[in-house]
Amino acid sequence: MANPLAGVRATRHRLKETHPLSVLIAERLGLSLLLLWAVSILIFAGVEALPGDFAETYLGQSATPQAIANIRADLGLDRPITTRYFEWLGGVVQGDFGNSWASGAPVTEQITKRLGNSLFLAFFAAAISVPLAVGLGMVAVHYRNRIPDRVINVLSLAAISLPEFFIGYILIVFFAVQMGVATFPSTVYDNMSWSERLAAIALPTATLVMVVLAHMMRMTRAAIISVMSSAYMETAELKGLGAFKAIVKHAAPNAIAPIVNVVALNLAYLVVGVVVVEVVFVYPGMGQYMVDAVTVRDMPVVQACGLIFAAVYILLNMVADIVAIVANPRLRHPR
Amino acid sequence: MSDLLSVRDLRIGATIFPPGEAPQDIEIVHGVSFDLQKGKVLGLIGESGAGKSTIGLAALAYGRGGVRITGGEVLLDGQDILPLDKKGIRKIRGARVCYVAQSAAASFNPAHKLGDQVIEATVEHGLMSRDEARKRADYLFEILGLPDPKNFGNRFPHQVSGGQLQRAMTAMALCSKPELIVFDEPTTALDVTTQIDVLAAIKNAIEMTGTAALYITHDLAVVAQISDDIMVLRNGETVEYGPVQQIIENPRQEYTKALVNVRQTKQTEARDQSDALLKVENISAAYGNGVQVLYDVSLHVPRGQTLAVVGESGSGKSTLARVITGLLPPFQGSVTFGDEELSNAQKDRSRDHLRRIQLIYQMADIAMNPRQTVGQIIGRPLQFYFGKRGAERKKEVIKLLDEIEMGEAFYDRYPAELSGGQKQRVAIARALAAQPELILCDEPTSALDPLVAEGILDLLLRLQKERQVSYLFITHDIAIVRAIADSVAVMLQGKLVDFGPRSEVLNPPFDDYTDLLLKSVPEMELGWLEKVLATRKMESAGH
Repeated sequence: MANPLAGVRATRHRLKETHPLSVLIAERLGLSLLLLWAVSILIFAGVEALPGDFAETYLGQSATPQAIANIRADLGLDRPITTRYFEWLGGVVQGDFGNSWASGAPVTEQITKRLGNSLFLAFFAAAISVPLAVGLGMVAVHYRNRIPDRVINVLSLAAISLPEFFIGYILIVFFAVQMGVATFPSTVYDNMSWSERLAAIALPTATLVMVVLAHMMRMTRAAIISVMSSAYMETAELKGLGAFKAIVKHAAPNAIAPIVNVVALNLAYLVVGVVVVEVVFVYPGMGQYMVDAVTVRDMPVVQACGLIFAAVYILLNMVADIVAIVANPRLRHPR
Repeated sequence: MSDLLSVRDLRIGATIFPPGEAPQDIEIVHGVSFDLQKGKVLGLIGESGAGKSTIGLAALAYGRGGVRITGGEVLLDGQDILPLDKKGIRKIRGARVCYVAQSAAASFNPAHKLGDQVIEATVEHGLMSRDEARKRADYLFEILGLPDPKNFGNRFPHQVSGGQLQRAMTAMALCSKPELIVFDEPTTALDVTTQIDVLAAIKNAIEMTGTAALYITHDLAVVAQISDDIMVLRNGETVEYGPVQQIIENPRQEYTKALVNVRQTKQTEARDQSDALLKVENISAAYGNGVQVLYDVSLHVPRGQTLAVVGESGSGKSTLARVITGLLPPFQGSVTFGDEELSNAQKDRSRDHLRRIQLIYQMADIAMNPRQTVGQIIGRPLQFYFGKRGAERKKEVIKLLDEIEMGEAFYDRYPAELSGGQKQRVAIARALAAQPELILCDEPTSALDPLVAEGILDLLLRLQKERQVSYLFITHDIAIVRAIADSVAVMLQGKLVDFGPRSEVLNPPFDDYTDLLLKSVPEMELGWLEKVLATRKMESAGH
């Protein structure tokens, strides 16, 4: 019998010739799912390997071997690890992350609210930082190697060089303590109005913007400079096109891919990397939820947070990859 | 005034940034003047650094990089365009004066269709409506001999060949019906058989549209086919300026004479070619992606002689060199060196085998570590193969530097401080340091100006006489083959189509492809292009 794989490979090859774009995107999707699955194993194994034990932490002084064994049996920890993994995975696929060991409440329910809070913060940070970074990058290119370029570079480098908790505390000292214009702590509640919410997240948003700005700005600057120095930009100039028209029509389509890539990485960081900022500002998001769960060894919560963070990261990178693929005429229009 | 373009005492400057010193302003074009009538073609010719592209771009009041026009006048139809403001100059660029760049592949935006780019300037300047411009583009595609002219504009730059792109760029320049087109080495990057088509297309288009042109090139034979007048430039100054016939047939200046007489036969063919140093037998090779590039190639290099391997890009000639060095193990066939069969892969070869075959590359500057001095670059093989160190090594390096006619003064220089020709000499010295029996020369002169290349060829031939070293000389330039080869191998699409002593391969009866290749090489002769095209037409009519 012929090798069945050979048939699959031939089909893939044929499809790649006729629909290179769809095949590439399908491949990216498949790879992302595969990656997510691998991450789920890593998370489960990692959490399993964590030192400390929920039962011991939970019982504290009253931990007797019998009590510990009882709790472990209640939680099903006495069963083999593979059984528990597949049981967990099966639940996750259906959107059920199990029950928190500490509170007994379903993780999915608790996490939805926390995730919403985190996304709320990340959204505003992104809405400010992405246009600002791309804009500043363009300004820097326009004044290349002159004073405005240098100032933008130095300031953004300084911002990225400071750890985010430090920036956070500095902002608190100045704006909340000394001037008293900002709200601290940044805790948000269910019954807060929109304006109150916005006021609450002002400082953490500012911190996040400062952290991600430099990276995106510098990449935008580099991407545009590299495109601007290409021969087709000279062609555009020698056709008598105005500078603005040349940039919009000839530079922009070729600079999109690298910029989208770095923007996606930073957006992912805004969701995933907020742990420290949330703790500093006492903001009830995913990050703080995860930190609390780790302290008490509440494994289902830790696993759920880890997996969601990974999913966000993979998703955003996949979107960036797909945008880069779609932006490439060589892939859109094969020979 | 009947002159369309009149350049008066043009002076162009630039700012250079020497390492460790303050920026300096230098002048690169020192007062050049010429006139061009409507519908005529002026050829600007010179080596790199002669300022010919800079002068060409000045006709669009444009300076590339940090280049500035510092003095003189550029009169277009009597109006000086240099003092114009941005808006005024934009009205001229792309409308009245257009530019065709050397590398069309880089000059087209990969993100847009060819047709949209071709008509862009015309529509942008309001000279025609979109539909009119499209019709004109289709017409131009047709007279430029592009395939399927109606649909050509719907393609993206990566979907067509280099020669087609160059013609598309010419169409882009012609689209707005400009009074003047600046052609900046439009055929330099092309293969000879493609060059002749593009040249014919450009000439035809110039005649049919009646536009005037500045034609910039370093190849006198090319410019002789297309120009009415020729200006020879050197170091930003005019050497000689006159009608094409006078320049080609009766050059007055020594420099022009040298350009006209470049690459005459340098060496008579060796009579006995039976003592093979390197034998390549039935080689077939493919790259990792499964694309086969060599098909059953067999040839040999006689001891102390030169085998020239000729072919166009993609013919597999460089791949053959990679197979011989062991960088690309073939999947079939063998390489015999002296009496021993060499291992297929470089990593399995003995150090002595590696030493006896050395390489010289086309781009000397990327084949050297920019952070090493000339002394380190040449000294490395001395140390690696012969264990020489310290003063002994330095003495050897200096001896080699003398042999390549450069001398001790270059010992501590870095590659960036050398000219193109000097870099290639250092690369030759590095190869010689290993005392090889065979040197594979991969287009070592094609990135150099003709007179500099000439010097490199002389050096290689002298070294061959002194050291009895064999060369496998890869080139696409038939003139070089004529000048230096003892035997010739012609390659086409990975196959060997002709192999033998030079006198047999380059004289009738020809192999078909060798014939085409030979006929495509521009000759320093007026009317050569018409003659070749006429024979081609007759042949295709006869078939």
